[in-house]
Amino acid sequence: MAVNFVRPIIPKLTKDPWAIQFDAAGHLKHLLTIEGLGSSWITRILDTAEGFMSVSDREIKKVPLLRGRTVVNLFFESSTRTRTTFELAAKRLSADVLNINLSTSATTKGESLLDTLRNIEAMQADMFVVRHEQSGAAHFIARHVAPHVSVLNAGDGWHAHPTQALLDAFTIRRIKGDFAPLRIAIVGDIKHSRVARSQIHAFNSLNVGELRVIGPRTLIPNDIEPLGVRVFHDMRAGLKDVDVIIMLRLQRERMEGGLLPTEQEFYRLYGLTEEKLKWAKPDAIVMHPGPANRGVEIESRVADGPQSVILEQVSNGIGVRMAVMALCMSAES
Amino acid sequence: MIQNPPNLGIDLDPVRHPEGCRPGIDCDTWVIRGARVLDPSLNLDTQTDVYIADGRIVGLGEAPAEFASQQAETIQAQGQWLIPGVIDTWARLREPGLEHKATIATETLAAVSGGITTLCMPPDTDPVLDSIAVARFIKRRAQLAGRARVAAMGALTQGLKGELLAEMAELTEGGCVAISNAHYPVRDLRLLRRALEYAATFDILVVIQPQDPSLAKRGCAHEGVIATRLGLPGIPVSAETAPLAQLLAIMAETGARVHINNLSSRAGVRLIAQAKADGLPITASVSAHHLWLSEMDTDALCGNTHVQPPLRSLRDRDALREGLADGTIDCVISDHQPHEMDAKLAPFPETEPGISGLETLLPLVLKLVDDGLITLSRALNALTQRPAQLFGFTDSGQIALGARADLALINPDTFWTLDDTTLLSAGRDTPFMGWDFRHQITMTWVNGKRVFSRSEPLSAP
Repeated sequence: MAVNFVRPIIPKLTKDPWAIQFDAAGHLKHLLTIEGLGSSWITRILDTAEGFMSVSDREIKKVPLLRGRTVVNLFFESSTRTRTTFELAAKRLSADVLNINLSTSATTKGESLLDTLRNIEAMQADMFVVRHEQSGAAHFIARHVAPHVSVLNAGDGWHAHPTQALLDAFTIRRIKGDFAPLRIAIVGDIKHSRVARSQIHAFNSLNVGELRVIGPRTLIPNDIEPLGVRVFHDMRAGLKDVDVIIMLRLQRERMEGGLLPTEQEFYRLYGLTEEKLKWAKPDAIVMHPGPANRGVEIESRVADGPQSVILEQVSNGIGVRMAVMALCMSAES
Repeated sequence: MIQNPPNLGIDLDPVRHPEGCRPGIDCDTWVIRGARVLDPSLNLDTQTDVYIADGRIVGLGEAPAEFASQQAETIQAQGQWLIPGVIDTWARLREPGLEHKATIATETLAAVSGGITTLCMPPDTDPVLDSIAVARFIKRRAQLAGRARVAAMGALTQGLKGELLAEMAELTEGGCVAISNAHYPVRDLRLLRRALEYAATFDILVVIQPQDPSLAKRGCAHEGVIATRLGLPGIPVSAETAPLAQLLAIMAETGARVHINNLSSRAGVRLIAQAKADGLPITASVSAHHLWLSEMDTDALCGNTHVQPPLRSLRDRDALREGLADGTIDCVISDHQPHEMDAKLAPFPETEPGISGLETLLPLVLKLVDDGLITLSRALNALTQRPAQLFGFTDSGQIALGARADLALINPDTFWTLDDTTLLSAGRDTPFMGWDFRHQITMTWVNGKRVFSRSEPLSAP
């Protein structure tokens, strides 16, 4: 079957803010966004992750690559899943891990982000894993951090969540192999989703056959096509011949902003039910970055069904995050 | 010889004059020889000598009979341009209220170093400029600084809250040149209509910054390709055009003179052009940075391109340039907003909007002339004569016999770079750091006193 190629025409910025991700020798130092990595670095990360997957199956689930290093989980926004997988990944690499939840402590006391950063830096940290509610926060931290510290973006505002996109690419590659013949559809709240933005860059870098986004106009930004996607507002048309369906989490706050009338209407139109799943290819896989709102964007029977790979995503997340940590700390196995 | 107007409450002169000043000591006499004298209001473009005494221009070409040539200081200005001092109608000086960012003293020095001789301050000070007392305080501070004239704009509503009208007649009698609600919206359209009617009664100019707060809610960048890509909350063009269209509908029924501040979009320029064609008494300004930057310069790392209204698309930028060239947009402003370093040291959406713009206003507009986008006379008109007309500075903004000696001398062919050593404003928040410019201001006079000289920039006036 012929696949329509949609070539991304990514708008150019006058400055290249992503260059900061690499050190002078061209080695990955920070992971802030998928942009600028290119297929070679993404493939390298995925290949490295493949090597780390076996660590989790060993009796002693540890490799000594980051022994004596300190990884600080700096979470300005609450998170359970992402933080625990980062923590587990660091521990399996034998690093010391410090979890700092800042949404309730320093910043509410009026301390500036930079002051907080300097204080933790003074504790001789080697890596910051950062989640922040504002777009661009991880870049800001990477720009101002001490030169020996690596920064991993664990989600900043609506901007980027690169490790999530990488683990999704990893999961797809393990199941489907090559990206070129694939049609991937991302469904739901694209506008406010850092996951969607990173996925769009990752899948396009990996030369995916066709990338679609599906949702109502309120949840899809006007200027999304230049990033390399086809926009669908109708679920049936959008899911036709699709190999991978990625459902995004719908935040409850979206109802208050007048973006949607009710959860029920969203579920009726875009919620992934067993019936709608039949519109895709019979061997299509269903993914979700979690945590899923069952009965809002996805039916329980689909989330737990045979085509769902949601739990695989979670376990793959540990391997991918180990790979990113090891590569950024120049400790490739 | 020259008659001064009677001093009604607050005058705009920062330099004490003529009461209590000693001729030749406090009131300087100057001869500026051989400069290319440019004044669009009189179609003046000629090489001649200019004589200054008692705060005014007393001779063009030849000295007047009573001119004390011995006491006069002479400037040999061959090869340089002498222009009327720039009038910047929208600049925040941060005093009173935010003195940790900047003060009237620091910013008026920055202004004169950029060839600006008159600044209009919006009323969003703390306390709000809705009483004569605050206007007097600002005048006093400007007098003490003794650099540029500082004209205040009074508040449109009390405390800028958009609930009750401010005493706009008293404010303007006391010296305020216009009234405005700054960037605070007047949500109640009935109140806005009455404010315009009341202002029309006394022929007061109303300055409006059109931005709908609900459409712009939490936005920090133009809603377009870049904001979509970087995941920045967007401000749509309709945030500007929707309130503008409402305002035009109300204007058709009230007759008040309205000046639209800081237009940012192509659609906005078209609305203004249409309203002017319909004969509405509307005028508009654009900031110098909107003429040069676009969303493409919005860098997720650096808050120095975070401005309100946001930098829009290249199409919008080009429409603003065209609007300025054809006169749809009347004047250019600096939209000066100096910030302390910390205000910009945060993730982009959390940085405070606004940039330091006084020192780049004139160089950026002259750069448009260099690129052939507007004529020199239109550029100078938009910076001097037009704002003088609109805001009622009747005897500034021109180089004529008897006019106020508010002048700037420019070296038109000296390449210089904006950097930490050349920038004088307390606000270092400019996206133009590292830009090269061709026109450099060498000297500035306000009221016949030399208030700035490039060779000794920090000397007291």
